[in-house]
Amino acid sequence: MIAVLLNKPRAKDHGRDNERSDRMRTPQQTLDEILDLASKHFKVARHALEPDDDFFDKLKIDSLQALELLSRLEHHFGVEIPDYEMQGVSDFRTLAARVQERL
Amino acid sequence: MKEYIGQALAWRQVDGAVELELRRLPCNEIGSTTLAELELLVAALETVRDSSHALIIYSSVPAGFCAGADLRELYAGMQEVPSSAERTAGVRRFLERIHAVLNAIDMWPRPTIAAVHGVCFGGGLELALACDLIVADRLARFCLPELRLGIVPGFGGIPRLKRDVGNALVRDLLFTGRSLNAVRAHALGLVSQLAGEGAALQLARSTARQIGKYDRDTTAAAKEFIKPLPREELQREIDLFCRLLARPAVEASLRKFVTSTEVQPYLP
Repeated sequence: MIAVLLNKPRAKDHGRDNERSDRMRTPQQTLDEILDLASKHFKVARHALEPDDDFFDKLKIDSLQALELLSRLEHHFGVEIPDYEMQGVSDFRTLAARVQERL
Repeated sequence: MKEYIGQALAWRQVDGAVELELRRLPCNEIGSTTLAELELLVAALETVRDSSHALIIYSSVPAGFCAGADLRELYAGMQEVPSSAERTAGVRRFLERIHAVLNAIDMWPRPTIAAVHGVCFGGGLELALACDLIVADRLARFCLPELRLGIVPGFGGIPRLKRDVGNALVRDLLFTGRSLNAVRAHALGLVSQLAGEGAALQLARSTARQIGKYDRDTTAAAKEFIKPLPREELQREIDLFCRLLARPAVEASLRKFVTSTEVQPYLP
């Protein structure tokens, strides 16, 4: 019985929330997805967000909440982005470039 | 167990498990108030050893589990004491007290569970590492950022992370100062179970209920067998922390950090 249980197919790995076309995204697609994600999770109208906006200002977040944004990006794109690469980054366009480098 | 509601902590017994709530804004920074209340908790735990089957530690603060040691209090304390030797002695006394508390939690014979959401940094991760299991919200993040300020973790984080996960992860987190997301921490074995957003405490409670079904003495014997306290390394960590803290460059880094008004506080 134990062997049967151990041999069950492994559950799908949910480590990546969004596997689709990770390696095929253009920089513009990455940027658009980040803006969509920020709009959805931080309750700011999508049309109010522009690529060069300061996301701390536009999303009204502090450095701790920015870590939540980082986690959401990592899960969405299936990448890891070290905090030190985010140091000094405050606009969506640069954020998207950092993500794109890891795709 | 009598319910306790303090400034930084609260605890109560729920369905046979002791629940420790971290409740100090902004993000449960560990300073002298938290330490004094943790010492009260440890005394209280001894009185319920036979009537509890688990300890759950969670935070009711939205920002996260714990952002680490209270560096503002540390820096202010350093400014009040002009003598380097006296400063070091004061820090050492604090560290020895926090080590005694975390060692007691580490070795408490009942299983202990940290229910983590949001930020679990520095001393916060060291508190979580004193627990037997870490269950984490998918958005939680784990970090040992101390080297970015010129010090090492001082609450026992290095020996415990080495004991529980491994030396390679200790080096990665220490040398880069980066934070790990919960999914990655789960893959590495630091986190035992992942919870959905906002569900870490619920998951910890269901885990505690399962633990409560087993014979307590057997569980205690298993814990004693598998979880040795790395006493010698813990002591050496205190020595190293005190030695590094005494350098002028560390005081300068702390000053930059605690006086920063930027949205992203100073971190090299």
